[in-house]
Amino acid sequence: MAIPVIYNFRSVKERWTSAIVAVLGIAGTVGVFVAMLALARGFRATLVSSGSYDNAIVMRAGATSEMMSGITLDTVKILQDEPGVARLEGQPMVTSEVVVVAPFPLRSTGTDANVQVRGVSANVLTVRKNVKIIEGRMFQPGLSELVVGRNATNTYAGLTLGNRVRFGGGEWSVVGVFDAGDSAFDSEAWCDSRVLDDVYKRPTNIFQSATLHLTSPDALQALKDAVSKDPRLDVDVAREVEYYAKQSQTFTRLITVLGGLVAAVMGIGAIFGALNTMYSAVSERGREIAVMRALGFGALAVVFSFLIEALLISFVGGAIGCVAVLPLNGFTTGTMNWQTFSHMAFAFRITPNLLAGGIIFALGMGVAGGLLPAIHAAMRPISSALRSL
Amino acid sequence: MVSVNADGNSKALIQVRGLNKTYRRGGEPIQVLQGLNLDVDKGDFVAFMGPSGSGKTTLLNLLGGLDVPTAGAISVAGDEITHMSSGRLTEWRARHVGFVFQMYNLVPVLTASQNVELPLLLTRLSRSERKAHVEAALAIVGLQGRADHFPRQLSGGQEQRVAIARAVVSDPTFLLCDEPTGDLDRKSADEIMALIEELVRQHKKTVLMVTHDPVVAARAHTVLHLEKGVLVEAAKSSPGAAAGGAA
Repeated sequence: MAIPVIYNFRSVKERWTSAIVAVLGIAGTVGVFVAMLALARGFRATLVSSGSYDNAIVMRAGATSEMMSGITLDTVKILQDEPGVARLEGQPMVTSEVVVVAPFPLRSTGTDANVQVRGVSANVLTVRKNVKIIEGRMFQPGLSELVVGRNATNTYAGLTLGNRVRFGGGEWSVVGVFDAGDSAFDSEAWCDSRVLDDVYKRPTNIFQSATLHLTSPDALQALKDAVSKDPRLDVDVAREVEYYAKQSQTFTRLITVLGGLVAAVMGIGAIFGALNTMYSAVSERGREIAVMRALGFGALAVVFSFLIEALLISFVGGAIGCVAVLPLNGFTTGTMNWQTFSHMAFAFRITPNLLAGGIIFALGMGVAGGLLPAIHAAMRPISSALRSL
Repeated sequence: MVSVNADGNSKALIQVRGLNKTYRRGGEPIQVLQGLNLDVDKGDFVAFMGPSGSGKTTLLNLLGGLDVPTAGAISVAGDEITHMSSGRLTEWRARHVGFVFQMYNLVPVLTASQNVELPLLLTRLSRSERKAHVEAALAIVGLQGRADHFPRQLSGGQEQRVAIARAVVSDPTFLLCDEPTGDLDRKSADEIMALIEELVRQHKKTVLMVTHDPVVAARAHTVLHLEKGVLVEAAKSSPGAAAGGAA
């Protein structure tokens, strides 16, 4: 039979000044742990939500990002007739795109940051169905007009509706703002790809990628098979959502590893805090423990009881840590996307799973900090513990 | 009937044979008990006396299964406890021994009734049965009205009464009392001793008690002195004479 849990609750309450050290240590660690992972998840979610399950992206074989890719107009024309490519009113639902980066000052600091400018086909909104014009209008093909993402207009000075901006040797009018559902596109500016090529003096028959709308998500395999068998094509085909997930890997891994390291170092400190609290609890209550043992509670019951107490303390710490970072959820920040060398805005994403992970991390620290003192409490000879002050 | 000879009643409730206990202090062996024998029948009330360091508490700890002897045997109600594993000894204590300590040793964060209920948590009794037992035990010690009080809200004498209620609530085979009045004033000590006497007389409890106080010891049926590691029976004086002598 276990020692009643009320004993642990009241003991912690009685000794709250000692427990608070462990609680705050664990709360801080869990807060950092959750915040770092929320950062990584937010970044990943932003990129992943850029892709769609029923779109395929095509790039030069071996290219790992659009910046490293190049495909010709001939290739795009061949792709348009491949199986699995959807059509709207007889026209293939394909956008062939070029991307460049242009410097714009951040509203927050005034320093320049690279904005990804994407030259797209006029039918891009039928291919990327998650993108909607929310203010103004779509650009006119053939004109130096820009539509900018919701985050871009909020983040960079100058990219506001009705404004005129200069970059790449040309002058552009901002004619619309689009919402791309908090995806990476929200940090971009879009224009006619042919105009962008012209302004940047790039060859007009070379694109960096083509995005194809599929007749259904299952049509990808048929497209891949056809492309791989076509000797005229030397390209890689990927589901758009998987491409963007892969784009997020480097940064996500970096943040996760860094966050993990910071959390691990802080965790070790928090475990020592918990050890200190629990050893002091064991020391202060040596005689109580001995009395319990004398009454017939077994060594395991004592270990279990002190573990419960450590878990209780760590749970409170974990919960405080989670609640403390909860306001970060949805908070928008930005960073360099090293795949595109452009600045990308994204929001911290704190999910129930992440909070559960934070609590489990806290409980793990509680077990690590509570087990040794609990064993120490259970193993102390009863007769000598009864004489302790 | 209490005997300190090996040829005592073989049907005694508690039988101790050739009990030795040696401690090591600074590498030097210190022999506290040396071939001690004892027989205690059911319903006996025995007081152990002796100077500090004579081994009274050590003997009580060995009888209560809180410590293991260096040599010798202790059997209680037919159970040989000296060779029991730690786990079995723990179960045995829960079933057979009620402890009363000098410093009461109540758990400060539990109420009086929760303290008394602790030994019952190790039984198969239902919650309502446990409640009934706790109420009965608190009634025996006259503290029905203090069930929800925490130890810090009780006087020393009341705390010791709660400790006695905790010791008897599971109806153990015998009670071990280590200086039960050592931390109390004379009036409270008299009340506690009256309570222990009542447990022996009315509830047929077997009580083994360590005390320094001859007045307290005189209220036992038998007073034994620990001398050079063995027990010696003392001449029995009447409680009134002892009380008068102390006064």
